[in-house]
Amino acid sequence: MKRALPWLIAIVTAVVLLVLPQALDATHLNIVILVLMAAQLGVAWNVLGGYAGQVSLGHAAFYGLGAYTSTLLAMKFGINPWLGMLAGGAVAALLSFGFGWSCFRLKGHYFAMATIAVAEIVQIVFTNWDYAGSAVGLTLPMDKEGWAVMVFPDKAPYYWLALGLLVLTLLATLAVERSYLGYYLRAIKDEPDAARSIGIDIGRYKQVALVLSAFFTALGGSLYAQKELYIDPGSVLSTALSIKMALVSILGGVGTLLGPVIGSVVLTLIEEFTRTLFGGSGRGTDTIIYAALIVVIAVFYPTGLIGWYRERVRRIKARKAGAKRDDAAAIKQEVLL
Amino acid sequence: MSLLELQGVSKRFGGLTANQDVSFSIEAGEIAGLIGPNGAGKTTAFNCIAGFYPPSAGTITLNGKTISGLPPEACARAGVGRTFQVARTFTSMTASENVMTAAMLKDRKVGSARETALRLLAFVNLDAFADKPAASMTISEQRRLAVARALAIQPMLLLMDEVMAGLNPSEVREMVAVVLKIRDQGIACLIVEHVLEGIMPIADKIVVLDRGIKIADGTPAEVSRDPAVISAYLGDEA
Amino acid sequence: MTADILLQTLFSGVLIGLIYALVAIGLTMIFGVMDIVNFAHGEFLMLGMYASFWGVALFALDPLLTLPLTALMLFAFGMLLYKVVIRRIIDAPMLSQIFTTFGLMILFRGIAQFLWKPDFRSVENSWASGSVKLAGLQLGLPQLVAGVGAVLVTVTIYLFLHRTKLGAALEATASDKEAARLMGIDSHRMFGLAWGIGAACAGVAGVLLSTFFPIFPDVGANFILLAFVVVNLGGFGSVTGAFWAGILVGVIEVMGGLLLGPQYKMAVVLVLFLGVLMFRPQGLMGKA
Repeated sequence: MKRALPWLIAIVTAVVLLVLPQALDATHLNIVILVLMAAQLGVAWNVLGGYAGQVSLGHAAFYGLGAYTSTLLAMKFGINPWLGMLAGGAVAALLSFGFGWSCFRLKGHYFAMATIAVAEIVQIVFTNWDYAGSAVGLTLPMDKEGWAVMVFPDKAPYYWLALGLLVLTLLATLAVERSYLGYYLRAIKDEPDAARSIGIDIGRYKQVALVLSAFFTALGGSLYAQKELYIDPGSVLSTALSIKMALVSILGGVGTLLGPVIGSVVLTLIEEFTRTLFGGSGRGTDTIIYAALIVVIAVFYPTGLIGWYRERVRRIKARKAGAKRDDAAAIKQEVLL
Repeated sequence: MSLLELQGVSKRFGGLTANQDVSFSIEAGEIAGLIGPNGAGKTTAFNCIAGFYPPSAGTITLNGKTISGLPPEACARAGVGRTFQVARTFTSMTASENVMTAAMLKDRKVGSARETALRLLAFVNLDAFADKPAASMTISEQRRLAVARALAIQPMLLLMDEVMAGLNPSEVREMVAVVLKIRDQGIACLIVEHVLEGIMPIADKIVVLDRGIKIADGTPAEVSRDPAVISAYLGDEA
Repeated sequence: MTADILLQTLFSGVLIGLIYALVAIGLTMIFGVMDIVNFAHGEFLMLGMYASFWGVALFALDPLLTLPLTALMLFAFGMLLYKVVIRRIIDAPMLSQIFTTFGLMILFRGIAQFLWKPDFRSVENSWASGSVKLAGLQLGLPQLVAGVGAVLVTVTIYLFLHRTKLGAALEATASDKEAARLMGIDSHRMFGLAWGIGAACAGVAGVLLSTFFPIFPDVGANFILLAFVVVNLGGFGSVTGAFWAGILVGVIEVMGGLLLGPQYKMAVVLVLFLGVLMFRPQGLMGKA
């Protein structure tokens, strides 16, 4: 019975996901799409930040590069967005090489600060680059529709795209987690010197994690561009976006596969809840709540919601095992816990 | 040709000279001890051999190949395994995963890495801990885990940094047994140690450093009679 | 470009640089003493600015008058923040530390926006307003006063650190926490002190800025990145380093703006920042 539970959950989830577009109205479906997109970005961030332990607070740079690349290619050269998306991923991956080469020698907070600086520079460049629309931004043509050009009048196809991209990113992460790459990244995160002593070239593998992370983040950026049909530096290159990508993973559980997904759900729920309760984000109450949440999680639950849940399960199991013995031993177990 | 040769190795940090013109060699399958009072430069020499520092002068060769100046991961690939004073096991992993990660240097496949890991864990008497978190093990157990991990990269030479420090007598005996088994596999061991009753009985050769300079080099019996060694240790205590 | 304009720009760069230095000094002290990068440091500056504003709006008191009170309030706030939040993450993994101060940054900005609305405020007609002619250069009085104020506070901090027992205790904790503890110095008290002084410095910088810079909830964002650059350039943990680096960054910023256009000012500074991070991470004067 217990073995069947994960399978049961998986089947129910799959059914729900398949039925959702028919069951929900446009507004609610849009919210689900936003959750999926935020989750996908979180999963992509997590490969570098959670698994490899390199905290990037400037990931919006890759997101924006993806969005701008596919959009510019579509607008100026008529290139199909499906190809444009891949091109965007490639551009982001390329930037990530320069970035990794220069910054991976930096430890911890230095690295985080470098990422902020790089993202800021990218934002300044795009804000002042007329070819890319500068501060005004770019608007994508809406004359054609359909799967060929990845432009749709209603939400359902975007739902499938977002879901598909999320599943793709999850599969890529799973493949990494289960392969030698996953072990190497965890080793680098835990004890970099010990990792080197067993033959791991830490710079090289951090770079691999970064390339993957940058690539998938850029794909997310392209999807956003195709959905909104308008991008500007503020919407695809802002620090707030970078923070959100990291936050979603921290909240759910860094270094876990589904952590970012859970984090995305919780975060979006909070945003919607505070929006309806306090009306409009002008007063910023949702920001206050989720900032307080970041602090509480960072201080008390650094392993995120998944970590907290696992710890509770472990304690409950240990307590149950103790209860099977006689009283004295059980008391001793409680004290040791 | 010896397995490991240090020739005229010096290491300076700014104004401080940690190693001065140190030369010695180790043969394949030998157990060698590197001893000396505190501040003698033992760990510095270690770190030079393992690639964590490049020597300021001199060369280090492994089987004729120059390894001085290579980064740690290259030294590992060349056949130098090492443990650290603090075990530094991968705390987010189980014991077997720790060893598997090292085994992947030679074979990327997860399945065969696990087989190797289980075999090595049994070798150091830690097979009961295979799927337990490394963080839940005691210091002595984590030390042995670190040894198993280092062995997984199939080294020719294993550097052990104070593996017996802080262990009780029965734990010391356990560790000594492991070291002897390693030697029986044909792997040379260079052990930095303060716990002399652990290393002196099993070593084939002892190198003594004092204040950065090599002051003695020979069998345990020779070295323990050497007046320079005696005064270095007694002088330290006085 | 005439020599006049060049000299003018240079001087204004020095003046604003002194403010950056003051903000950075607090940041570098916190890092030097306890190895924590305070991403929320800009918010201390923001609070100082608002304190200044409300002093004028509610009590018609000039910022320079309320400055000592503001400094004290922020000192207390910094220590409180340490006791309530930071103390818990001293030994936490770096990710937690980064996210805690980052979260606080967003939290303070959010609360400021909630309480005081996102509108831009300013302090008009303070005692330090208008401009003055000095050696043929036209200088804004607020900026000049701010610069002088920054120098005074920096000198005070320097004297405190190097001439008083408490300052020596702080420096001792910064260089070797364990050794200092063995000598009877309570690390937690020192950490709290560092946070208090750090917050107060940034707060004073805010007060000095309030006489000529717009006041709004996110104003810290403009300065935190610059503060990082200064701290890094001067060497993490070095107060003198932060002072000289601040002036340097101020000059580079305005010069960059003059040569490339104001929209690229920040980019120039950031490229410098990345360069220093890559090639000389210990900065010009600091410990690695």
